Amino acid sequence: MNKEIPLIKDLHDDNRPTINLPDPLEDYLPEKILPEKLLREDIPIPQVSEPEVVRHFTNLSQRGYGVDTGFYPLGSCTMKYNPKINEEIASFSSFANLHPYTPEDLSQGSLEIIYKLGEYLSNITGMDKFTFQPSAGAHGELTALLIIKAYFKDKGEKRKIVLVPDSAHGTNPASATMAGFETIEIPSDERGLVNPNILAKYLNKDVAVLMLTNPNTLGLFEKDILKISQMVHETGALLYYDGANLNGIMGYARPGDMGFDAVHVNLHKTFSTPHGGGGPGAGPVGVKSFLKDYLPKPIVEFDGEKYYLNYDIKKSIGRIRTFHGNFLVLLKAYCYIRLLGSEGLKNVTEMAVLNANYLKERLKDLFHLPYPDLCKHEFVLSGKKQKEKGIKVLDIAKRLLDYGVHPPTIYFPLIVEEALMIEPTETETKNTLDQFVEILKAIIKESEENPNVLKSAPHSTPVGRLDEVHAAKILKVNWK
Amino acid sequence: MAYTPHTSKEILEMLKAIGVSSIEELFNDIPDDIKKKAKDNFILPPPISEIDLINEIQNLAQKNKGEKFISFLGGGAYKHYIPSFVKLVAQFPNFYTSYTPYQPEISQGVLQAIFEYQSLICDLTQMDVANASLYEAGSGICEAALMGVRINGKKEVLVSEGLHPEYLETLYTYLEAQEINIVKIPLNKNGETDIDFLKEKISNKTSSVIIQNPNFFGVIEKELEEIEKITHQQDALLILSIYPISLGILKAPGEYNVDIVVGEGQSLGIPLGFGGPYLGILATKREYIRQMPGRIVGETRDINNRRGFVNTLQTREQHIRRAKATSNICTNEALSAIMAAVYMSLLGKKGIRKIAEICFSRAHYLKDLLNKEGFELTYPNSYNFNEFVLKTPIDSNIVIDFLKKKNIIGGIPIKRFYPEREKEILIAVTEMNSLNDIHFFITSLKEAINKN
Repeated sequence: MNKEIPLIKDLHDDNRPTINLPDPLEDYLPEKILPEKLLREDIPIPQVSEPEVVRHFTNLSQRGYGVDTGFYPLGSCTMKYNPKINEEIASFSSFANLHPYTPEDLSQGSLEIIYKLGEYLSNITGMDKFTFQPSAGAHGELTALLIIKAYFKDKGEKRKIVLVPDSAHGTNPASATMAGFETIEIPSDERGLVNPNILAKYLNKDVAVLMLTNPNTLGLFEKDILKISQMVHETGALLYYDGANLNGIMGYARPGDMGFDAVHVNLHKTFSTPHGGGGPGAGPVGVKSFLKDYLPKPIVEFDGEKYYLNYDIKKSIGRIRTFHGNFLVLLKAYCYIRLLGSEGLKNVTEMAVLNANYLKERLKDLFHLPYPDLCKHEFVLSGKKQKEKGIKVLDIAKRLLDYGVHPPTIYFPLIVEEALMIEPTETETKNTLDQFVEILKAIIKESEENPNVLKSAPHSTPVGRLDEVHAAKILKVNWK
Repeated sequence: MAYTPHTSKEILEMLKAIGVSSIEELFNDIPDDIKKKAKDNFILPPPISEIDLINEIQNLAQKNKGEKFISFLGGGAYKHYIPSFVKLVAQFPNFYTSYTPYQPEISQGVLQAIFEYQSLICDLTQMDVANASLYEAGSGICEAALMGVRINGKKEVLVSEGLHPEYLETLYTYLEAQEINIVKIPLNKNGETDIDFLKEKISNKTSSVIIQNPNFFGVIEKELEEIEKITHQQDALLILSIYPISLGILKAPGEYNVDIVVGEGQSLGIPLGFGGPYLGILATKREYIRQMPGRIVGETRDINNRRGFVNTLQTREQHIRRAKATSNICTNEALSAIMAAVYMSLLGKKGIRKIAEICFSRAHYLKDLLNKEGFELTYPNSYNFNEFVLKTPIDSNIVIDFLKKKNIIGGIPIKRFYPEREKEILIAVTEMNSLNDIHFFITSLKEAINKN
């Protein structure tokens, strides 16, 4: 198990065959038609036989961990179960092999799915119109910020500030920069929330938008959201909803009803599409009707008979990527919503919140719990008690690997010292949560009796703790 | 509920442990007004069973009639053969149900596969370093242009009109936001970037020159050496958008001293999927690695000196650097990158060359037949890879509509992007177009012209 897996290039032999392919037409070979200066000689890509390639990547995949392998309470990532039927449907040839420039009359099925998903997401979030071009949450943030920028430009206002709470995801300020804004962070109050009195000091005519995720990254519902919304709008600014935590409120609160003007939704979180080891995802953006003329074009519309691409969006910010977005991801989210309906999605939220509160209750004595209120889909513990004894949350996280559990998100949000951000999701049983508690108890016990077993963890993984500083120093980023 | 496993007994036990008496109580922190609105307005179509879902979806799938047609569609997305194992790998649970490898010790599979992807892209393009993926080529071009601005601090980019029109549109969206100026360089009568115009427009204020090869009209930019000289004389960067399969025969970007390579990786084993998810390729010279957007996997060692892989140079990224990050990208297209790595590994140097030769030879066979039948091409004196522009004596939509009746999608009418160009069709040929398809296409095309 712990033997090094060679690189695919180490299996190279020039004399190995490639896969079975037809032959090119002899009379039309490139060297007979193109000038020599345009042609390449060697392609230094390794030649490996098919059975060896299969074995190589199969072995690699065994050195991994997924939702299908075990518990994955990675905070803010909503690592819920990915229904298998969605994968099968996305592999149907009529979807998988359809070219994006297929004429509209020959791609009505895919266009209908995009259109209806827009209606469903509008209903879930309380928005009026969606675009599906954004390929991920951060891409959605950028899209929405550009829409907001175009809106203010249209009104003749130059607002250059984006406000984010200090608990915000890093993508928020990064997206603001890409959209040409400046970011100012608002400190959270002792409750871990945005406080209207603090917010008031930051609101002025330069502020374009306040970006919030609600529940926030501490898993807490922003109780003052209606007041916040009123204050933001009174200064003429807009309110943006980062949908990363939508799993915590479905059926109980809609961003549109809370006063948000634009949202993005992470289909790869709330709507069960898999994360693929880092992607692909999809980050569709929904807006209230006063912003819909700024959406990227085209938008899928329905004229009563057929679905079509509407390019006639006068104030559109333009394209944010090619084609129609990550369609196969959209399809999986569509299936998920059809299987669950409103009641099912509400149940998803209820069980996610139940799991999070239960786990919080069971862990609150083991760690420091900085924000003891009810949480929504996730909660944040602090390992500061352990740190006083020389144990970092990193050590605890690495030791969890030995017990076959994926660790929570650590060192985020930045406002909690030695943060452990835990999001169990709704698809886990009580049994799994109880086992997780027992494992953490065992680890804390070990930390008192034999701290070195934590500090040198993990011990049972294919490699031991990896030296990230060394990686940045040698910068060996390919096999050359 | 299918995906929430809780029994009522467990729910009661858990509520008790929390110290509340009902599920609703867990939502006491949400104002009543908000809850009431959600209750009244959250109404989706009723849920259906898996069996009914399959039926519903099959009905929708049947409305995608185009999938069964003989297709000559290209324009940045191409129907290529995908070996079975590539599709299987995309279903390996530890690949597709895992998150970003934040815990490298249990993610060596994903990390090594991405490291191999980065290496294979470097081999294919002859560049020094590649990142772990971007969304697709349109936003990828924008990331490259922004990277160029970070490198040399200049705020003007020159863009060939041979760039895919959707990439160009995306570029306007991204660059306008940061007040970076775009100057378009037109094509000459052969469909290549106009070098005289480039010389006239380029200055020491130019940050980068963006070229696509083969360009959107299928034309091979044969003066890349000259373009490289002109660009570097002004201390500007050369950014090249590529079609990876073409590099099975065409000289690699690294051999032209290109600074940043971007490409649509869909052709490397990723299904067409009506436009996504695809794969944004980005590769560059080693000296620019710290200005790259997105994740990069690097080799390192563990405490026992064993080889391992980690995400490296993370201080460029949004979760560390926040507003000062090189990009906002977080979720990328890791699974597509793994699929591309498997695809390139399965084909190897011989296979990639062969696929490129099949595409090239069949496209040129079709081009030859069209010539012999008296059809005209927009750029008859250009070199092509597997795509070219056909002139039609009548409106291109009439031709396309006629071909549809023969179950053929005859290509992309150029007027989709350039409304004034009403009588041109962009035609792509790949290894998936048989000689029979090609013959039937020619016969049907002749009929389309004669009958309309």
